Amino acid sequence: MPRQILRCTVNDEAVEVLVQPYQTLLDALREDLGLTGPKEGCGTGDCGACTVHLDGEPVASCLVLALQARDHDVRTIEGLGQGALHPLQDAFVRHGVPQCGFCIPGVLMAAAAVLNQKARPTEEEIRYGIAGNLCRCTGYTKMVAAISEAAASMQEGTLR
Amino acid sequence: MRRFELSLPRSIDDCLAILAEHGGDAKVVAGGTDLLPQLKNGVVKPPRVVDLSGIPALRRLERANGDGLRIGAAVTARAIERDAHVQSVYPALAESGALIGSLQVRNLATVGGNLCNAAPSADMAPPLLALDADALIVGPGGQRRVPLAAFFVDVRRTVLAPDELLLEFAVPAPGPRSGGQYLRHTPRRELDIAVVGVASQIVLTDGVCGKARIALASVAPTPVRALAAEAVLVGQPITPALIERAAELAVESARPISDQRGSAEFRRHLVRVLTRRTLTTAFDRARAGRPEA
Repeated sequence: MPRQILRCTVNDEAVEVLVQPYQTLLDALREDLGLTGPKEGCGTGDCGACTVHLDGEPVASCLVLALQARDHDVRTIEGLGQGALHPLQDAFVRHGVPQCGFCIPGVLMAAAAVLNQKARPTEEEIRYGIAGNLCRCTGYTKMVAAISEAAASMQEGTLR
Repeated sequence: MRRFELSLPRSIDDCLAILAEHGGDAKVVAGGTDLLPQLKNGVVKPPRVVDLSGIPALRRLERANGDGLRIGAAVTARAIERDAHVQSVYPALAESGALIGSLQVRNLATVGGNLCNAAPSADMAPPLLALDADALIVGPGGQRRVPLAAFFVDVRRTVLAPDELLLEFAVPAPGPRSGGQYLRHTPRRELDIAVVGVASQIVLTDGVCGKARIALASVAPTPVRALAAEAVLVGQPITPALIERAAELAVESARPISDQRGSAEFRRHLVRVLTRRTLTTAFDRARAGRPEA
């Protein structure tokens, strides 16, 4: 079966890569582009570990065919901070959020999407925003605290 | 994942040509949130998949000349959930869109996929059924219009032929004195499948119920209308006792099975409770009215 050329933008870089027609976006990112931040947890869209942004919106990349991303804009955890740690990542480190760490890239991308929608989300909105991400270490309390703090620090940053 | 060829049509005509040649061997993918898990676990094994994401015409969500709504087959659940006009005039539909999967799923999942997958539990089916939506289908012989009540054939089977494509849903405007609601029961709030789902949609005419639609999910091989319950409401002033009577009659339209999500008896109970609740809200919303609709 012939591979096909996938042209898209990944973390602000134009990318051309040969992919199989039956390959998922998650596999193309991990196997062909070396971006192993997004993880395969369930492979069926239930766990959120594979969350990336497609045109700015969080999606389960395990449910997207790689070629469905053609001409679209993809952002993974590797492109969240753009060189430095994103305030969300910084807050996650300071709060000691990661336990096993497997879910964290997906949670961070979901959290970033929450903050893109609303600069100062309520706790309910934060919890709703990461409801599609399962943490089997059950570290949700610290996640919510870290996201809330990151939102505050980002808003202060823009006011300065 | 099993291997398959992938076609990437750029227009509806492109897509129809591909389906005319390969339709019997092909599965159409829109958001992929139902199809990809089925491809991965081998429930379906198509030699070819046809991707609709390159056809912008299927993603239109717009008012139809001021009278009703046209929802392209590839409009996402998230787009429906967030559309201010849908929230205001078709709240049951917006509510069902907001309940599907997680945010990561709703950004992909489409209304056409939800209905073409034809699971008895499809959340967007009851509101569209209750809103008297039609499915617009195009094939080699041209277009046809199928009322949603005739769209479902059986579990995971619709009237769509292999060489046909679902274009859009046409939803008539419910009118200013109308109201609707969709509720479902799930053990957890997120990422779950309806044990029972109920949509109610009513129109008030001169203080009495002018029209009633009640549609049920997860209680039969296909989404079904509760016709006897609808009939008892029409022409009557709305009272809690009448709503309770309709809720009891709705149970008679349910033919539930017992499975790991719930027993048939529990599902009948849920039909009664959710019919009562959605009718109550539907009437409250109709009484409140909406000047812009």
